[in-house]
Amino acid sequence: MDQRKCECGHTNPVGTLLCESCGKPLNVEVHEQTSFPDMRYEGMARRSQTNKTKVIDRVWNFFSSVKIAIGIIIVILVASAVGTIFPQQMYIPVPVPTEADVARFYTESYGTLGTIFYGLGFHNMYSSWWFVTLLVMLGTSLVICSLDRVVPLYKALKKPRLNQHKSFLKGQKLFAEGELAPEADQEAILDASALALKEKGYRIFRTERAIMAEKGRFSRWGPYINHIGLILFLVGTLMRSLPGFYLDEYVWVREGQTMAIPNTPYYIKNENYTTEYWSEDEMPEQLELKGGAIVKSYQTDAILYENKSAGVPGKKPDLVEVQKGPIVVNHPMVQDSVYIYQSGVQEMQLGALNFTVVDLKNNKKEIGLIKIDLYNPQPEQTIADGFTVRILDYFPDFIMGKDGKPATKTNLPKNPMVALELIGENGNYNEKLVYLEGTILTQKKDPRYGLDIKMPDLIDIAGLNVRVDKALPLIYFGSFIFLAGVAIGVFWQHRRVWVQTQEGSILVAAHTNKNWFGLRREVDGLVKQAELPVTIEDKTKAKA
Amino acid sequence: MQLIQLSDWLLDIAFLLYVISSIVFAVAVTGKNWAGRDPKQHEGRYGRIAYWLAVIGFVAQTGYVVARWIAGGHSPTSNMFEFMAFLDYCIILAYLIIYRIYKLTSIGAFVLPLGVIMLAYSYVFPKEITPLIPSLQSYWLHIHVTTAALGEGILAVGFAAGLMYLIRTVPQHISTKSTKWLEIVLAVVLMLVGFILMDSTFARMDQKTVFEMKKEEMNAVGQKVKPKVEYILPAIVAPADSTIIKEGPMSPLFEAPTWMEGKDAARKLNTMLWSVLTGAILYGGMRLIFRKRLGAAIKPSVESVDPDLLDEISYRAISIGYPVFTLGALIFAMIWAEEAWGRFWGWDPKEVWALVVWLFYSAYLHLRLSRGWIGAKSAWMSVIGFVIILITLVVVNLVIAGLHSYAGV
Ligand code: HEM
Repeated sequence: MDQRKCECGHTNPVGTLLCESCGKPLNVEVHEQTSFPDMRYEGMARRSQTNKTKVIDRVWNFFSSVKIAIGIIIVILVASAVGTIFPQQMYIPVPVPTEADVARFYTESYGTLGTIFYGLGFHNMYSSWWFVTLLVMLGTSLVICSLDRVVPLYKALKKPRLNQHKSFLKGQKLFAEGELAPEADQEAILDASALALKEKGYRIFRTERAIMAEKGRFSRWGPYINHIGLILFLVGTLMRSLPGFYLDEYVWVREGQTMAIPNTPYYIKNENYTTEYWSEDEMPEQLELKGGAIVKSYQTDAILYENKSAGVPGKKPDLVEVQKGPIVVNHPMVQDSVYIYQSGVQEMQLGALNFTVVDLKNNKKEIGLIKIDLYNPQPEQTIADGFTVRILDYFPDFIMGKDGKPATKTNLPKNPMVALELIGENGNYNEKLVYLEGTILTQKKDPRYGLDIKMPDLIDIAGLNVRVDKALPLIYFGSFIFLAGVAIGVFWQHRRVWVQTQEGSILVAAHTNKNWFGLRREVDGLVKQAELPVTIEDKTKAKA
Repeated sequence: MQLIQLSDWLLDIAFLLYVISSIVFAVAVTGKNWAGRDPKQHEGRYGRIAYWLAVIGFVAQTGYVVARWIAGGHSPTSNMFEFMAFLDYCIILAYLIIYRIYKLTSIGAFVLPLGVIMLAYSYVFPKEITPLIPSLQSYWLHIHVTTAALGEGILAVGFAAGLMYLIRTVPQHISTKSTKWLEIVLAVVLMLVGFILMDSTFARMDQKTVFEMKKEEMNAVGQKVKPKVEYILPAIVAPADSTIIKEGPMSPLFEAPTWMEGKDAARKLNTMLWSVLTGAILYGGMRLIFRKRLGAAIKPSVESVDPDLLDEISYRAISIGYPVFTLGALIFAMIWAEEAWGRFWGWDPKEVWALVVWLFYSAYLHLRLSRGWIGAKSAWMSVIGFVIILITLVVVNLVIAGLHSYAGV
């Protein structure tokens, strides 16, 4: 029932267009080349062309269609381009802490169009549900269209038919027929043809009255290989959402500080940070820099520790040094699968305040130095015999709270306020002072001891980006496969040439998947060299 | 220092040779039918001369690349000037290769002028060798940019052959949609020429017009200032809500519509207006001279070429350019981005546009292979594809800012 019998006696599976054995079109009357079945798979049955009724078939057919695939590609293309008209949210050059700031940014910078851009959600286009859906559809299409075609292609390539039905040959784009003189030696003509084709690098299949010459068969696998590469690539990007495959952390580490890197067993210490600038004699040419300078390197000298007791709850970190060295842009520090990138810097930040305590009543005689580490202030320090300084209160980022009490806005020492108590003469004398915004406020009108403000310690804070991306090898591998597939597919072409003798005539036909121009030249060469009495019909001319 | 001068000279020499070569090519393909000549012999002889001029120009440009590479200590691909000059180098290289394969004279008559335009465009940008900022200090810079440029150069030859195909095959005796679009493409090419002419002229004249916006804006360090906008070209259109603080050669004729509020929107509009204007003048002038459509005027010079051969060349160029572009502009780019920024893909505008180009040529290949788009349709695609490349090079670099945009005009 679900078989189709050809007049040559062969039984074909349902959906077959050209008899698997002799190549005669099944159930189609072929008068013209245009109505001839698609030659790509030599008429092999394809699921998408055979089953069309059920929902699953419809879905399958949708995704296996090249037309649809091109449609998806074009939609992604257009959407991607539109997304670059204004910057994506992540590339906004000014800080936009709240959603309202984001909205305002687009409206203020780009006017009405900006408002629309934001309103449509294009400021986060590439992670939007619909954009991701498009990518998933592309992936689905890649998988389904490959599955749909790979078996028919295998069959078409594996079983080249030799004795083709005349209507098969006639159906080819490149076809020629000629009278054979009665005395002509058919054997010799075929031999000559075979020789001519062989010289052009064809592989020859021969029967008594027919030859089929073929070359570049493997190139037909190129597209499948490249699509597999793309699929691997997409799988790689999806794998990042698996636990443990992907990590993206950002740590700010100030000089001298050791920081835990979240979600890893590692700690990192910033020993020293430097920004280097190109000096003038290093530049190949005198430049007008308008007062600016060009950065040569951003470098954090770091030590990486591993916490041996990580994962043991309640246990103190037990740090072991595993690596030491510079982290420079383009040269991340690598430990197993963890990559640490030099990624940002806040330079010249307040690190510590320095003061000298002076005796105002004694010609400003220096009593001693105090240093207030703004990240880790010491509650009390002794600066001279019998003289201590105590910190009474510390607000790293001082503001006056709504309730009239001092408070801190952030934990960073951007605007430090320190209240100090100077205790001299072994505790017998004391003085209270407040440091704020470069000035000293005293409690007493006429104090005995005072503070001279010294240059504060300025430190650099390095921004380090920490990444794990275990899918990366797969992503690169997929890219490589893609390229290999493209190369196989585009640098070679699959060509088949048939020469057959039949009832006093000679038939020549040829097929290729691309580059008809080159095939035409080869067939012309064949006709000339083997002196075949045919003229080739030109159905291949590119039409204007 | 000396070396830099040498490299500048070599580039100038190359430029000059390309110009002469273009002219000789034009003579080769248009002068065939001059009285008393054997068309084949004429085209052959002049074509050979032009080809060798191009070869010498290419050698000179190779000298430029080498000299500048040594002088600067890095491949000359790190700013807009260097990149455009290098792209031009790749276009010529791709042309020389394609010529060796197909020996078609007239292709040079299209590719070399394209090379001249590209090189002229590069001269619009500041030429200094700047030391590399940290993110550019990677051997991937050389590998990525050179390969991407090579891919684009080969695709440019695909464009030239596609355009030739259209000029050759679009019937010119009646006006059709095809003839109109073909004229539009040619006019757009002339607009690019117009932009280069205007910009390179005025960049040297110091005729800047400076506007100050009335509305204050926060600058990078958090102060409120009135932003300034500097026009290199004479101002046709002023930014909305602004005052002139330095007069240019002409006073603006009108203000940009208020919805174009971006600070630089009006300047970009102004540049565009000038490009369109000069392009239109060039186009109009040519039509007056030839008294027919430009396509019709050029058509005789490619009349003797087999359109199938042009179709083949265009396709061959694109099918070679496509993997090279993929390798350079996407794969190497991803490897480098991974190393420099810790992510191989970040949807930066330049990355997105490389993807757009790639997707477009993927669609081209599918349409050609699976849907039988050969000949005219495929030629139109090759033209559009190159227009997209131009957009990525010109518009995205200058208009849309991102991690990649080079400092420049
Ligand atoms: C971004 C996504 C895609 C890219 C980059 C891509 C790339 C390619 C390339 C380079 C070729 C070879 C063209 C040639 O040799 O001239 C090809 C062929 C092909 N592609 Fe794709 N492709 C993509 C998506 C798809 C999808 C989703 C489908 C699903 C319908 C599809 C179906 C095909 C088919 C049927 C062929 C021809 C195979 C043959 O005739 O042997 N492609 N593709």
